[in-house]
Amino acid sequence: MSPENATPTPSPAPSAGGKKVRAPRQKMPEQPAAERARNFNEVPYGYSAELAELEASRCLQCKKPACVEGCPVCVDIPGFIKRVAAGDYLGAAQAVKATNSLPAVCGRVCPQEEQCEKLCVLAKKGESVAVGRLERFVADYEREHGKGQLPPKAPPSGMKVAVVGSGPAGLTCAGELVKMGHEVTVFEALHKAGGVLVYGIPEFRLPKAIVQAEVDYLQRLGVKLELNSPVGKSETVDELLASGFDAVFIGTGAGLPYFMGVPGENLIGVYSANEYLTRSNLMKAYLFPEYATPIIRGKRVATIGGGNVAMDAARTALRLGAEKSFIVYRRSRQEMPARSEEIHHAEEEGIEFQLLTAPVQVLGDEAGRVKGMECLRMELGEPDASGRRRPVPVKGSEFVLDIDTVVVAIGNGPNPLIPQTTPGLATGKHGNITADEATGATSKPGVFAGGDIVTGAATVILAMGAGRRAAAAIDAYLKSKSGKLLAP
Amino acid sequence: MAKVVSRREIAPQTVLLELAAPKIAAKRRPGQFVILKKDEQGERIPLTIAMADAGKGTITVIFQMVGAGTRALGAVPVGGEVLDVVGPLGKPTDIHKVGTVVSVGGGIGTAVAYPIAEAMKALGNKVIGIVGARSRELLILEEEMRAVSDELLVTTDDGSYVRKGFVTDVLKEVIARGEKIDEVLAIGPVPMMRAVCKVTQEAGIKTVVSLNPIMIDGTGMCGGCRVEIAGQTKFACVDGPEFDGHQVNWDVLGQRLAAYKPHEQEACRLHDAEKRA
Repeated sequence: MSPENATPTPSPAPSAGGKKVRAPRQKMPEQPAAERARNFNEVPYGYSAELAELEASRCLQCKKPACVEGCPVCVDIPGFIKRVAAGDYLGAAQAVKATNSLPAVCGRVCPQEEQCEKLCVLAKKGESVAVGRLERFVADYEREHGKGQLPPKAPPSGMKVAVVGSGPAGLTCAGELVKMGHEVTVFEALHKAGGVLVYGIPEFRLPKAIVQAEVDYLQRLGVKLELNSPVGKSETVDELLASGFDAVFIGTGAGLPYFMGVPGENLIGVYSANEYLTRSNLMKAYLFPEYATPIIRGKRVATIGGGNVAMDAARTALRLGAEKSFIVYRRSRQEMPARSEEIHHAEEEGIEFQLLTAPVQVLGDEAGRVKGMECLRMELGEPDASGRRRPVPVKGSEFVLDIDTVVVAIGNGPNPLIPQTTPGLATGKHGNITADEATGATSKPGVFAGGDIVTGAATVILAMGAGRRAAAAIDAYLKSKSGKLLAP
Repeated sequence: MAKVVSRREIAPQTVLLELAAPKIAAKRRPGQFVILKKDEQGERIPLTIAMADAGKGTITVIFQMVGAGTRALGAVPVGGEVLDVVGPLGKPTDIHKVGTVVSVGGGIGTAVAYPIAEAMKALGNKVIGIVGARSRELLILEEEMRAVSDELLVTTDDGSYVRKGFVTDVLKEVIARGEKIDEVLAIGPVPMMRAVCKVTQEAGIKTVVSLNPIMIDGTGMCGGCRVEIAGQTKFACVDGPEFDGHQVNWDVLGQRLAAYKPHEQEACRLHDAEKRA
């Protein structure tokens, strides 16, 4: 991906000998790197209406749009873009919302370059239509200027569904089911709804007010919300079924952080990315002491891992005042699972990448606080089971990285609360819930599951896709159930 | 949102809060905890449920107002509200018929020891209670513990009440009596639990402790509450809070509990300044 600087002015189509040439892919204005690395405000400002229309005009309106096939929730991409080009922003928003209940979120955090934009026919020249930016524009426009028009709802079915977890999978499933006329209650363990969208993804990438607006919208649609309700503890799935819910959807995510298992990992100043980000995002520790939750503001912070979560943590460290923020990753840049846009943003902000480097142990002082991390350089060997080249230690390459805080961002396992307390719910060898990919149906009748709790840590949009497919399957299940009930 | 039904200062800086939380009151079992968050800006504070009244729909927590967060929580008056209450969390105590159980509560830890002793007694175990505190005024739940113990032994560090000595001194005396003790439950400050475990390890008595590391979500998500048990990292919120006391790495627990000392001092200064203003 080419670097795109803050350029708030449209780039017009160049004229070449009287022949009309397509305008280039429009850049999205953003905060300068040096400035934004020290604040928690959102990085990109988003398109102006002028930029959005210009970008929308680049869409070829393909008869068989490949982009739609790349979208896990099948947004009518040419349809909404056509409306943007025509200046009908609210109409465009409606078109997106027909299949995507969280467009302002997806416009920001979807890996479009791997999905819709990858399949755009203009992609070959690296000039695919900026579908994500346009989606973000219409969602933001609607939130700010729309009348909050609600989509039509089917008549009440008299059926009740419990949705466990208010992350992307749960919110999507709830939104679909309530439109189908079912009574939906979402159970959330934390004190705020949104799951990873509120505790994990930082404010500078996804403002919390936007997540709240999406949650408010679902509540206006009629979705009930039970906060502070960790199902498995506060009530079990069986208790939900016994108390009048006709079906349960489990979307509890990947919420059990992995650690490396190296010595010194329990020293003060070693965080899981979940804890580091939860303190900063959900608990607003960056506003301590106005907000009561503290966080260690390391001067030299090492984040271990190469995914989007690692980028979020490393960039958060800078905003918390770190003089130096490192990414320590055992493979090379090519194997990094993070979105190229996130890596690019991190580099721009001055994050230092220690690639082909693996931690050996965390070193502490007498009080048990981190004072350094011993690492080992790696080289790439033969491909492993994941198809990526396996990192192999370079003998004698040990060195100590001078740091005072470590954030471990090497992934999450499935949260055990529900599998442990739900008899009859089949799980895989890693503890993930076993569910049918097309329907989300689990081994337990009336219980469906989707998102990271089934697949392991993945993306927001894949979880949303699973929530959407499960909603359709739950609807069918409820109809057959009520049919059986009504039948003599 | 949970209303404060009653509030008492049962010792200096020590508050008992009874909260209306009917679902938790009905569901909780001994050894489990709740997380309270007073208001939007508040911390999530994990506290073991000391008592619950399912009929009345209330739970009771007891805590010391030591940090800015607990001071703010302790200041909520009767009729006032705590914004977020979540629970019951953690694994319940393994309550079983074992024979003779010694339940040791040190300082504020007696609030955690009490519901476990109560359940152990209810199941027909012989319960020998040992409660201690730095001084008479800091001793809590003496009568409650007496009611669920076959024998209750009281001690104070400074000798201002009943006798002078640590709970470990009393425990050693009980062991020396030669009576068969099947299990010891020890809950209190880290140095106390550590000392109790040293005594019971030498005597070869199984010992269960309840750990209170710093945590945020209480559901396994953050990993902040990790403790080292038999060389393995465990999460106190989902794997505990109770563990085999002889397997606990007390150094790690003690250090991790001090992680935010500098922050606490800053927050307390601010809290005090606001109070004066």
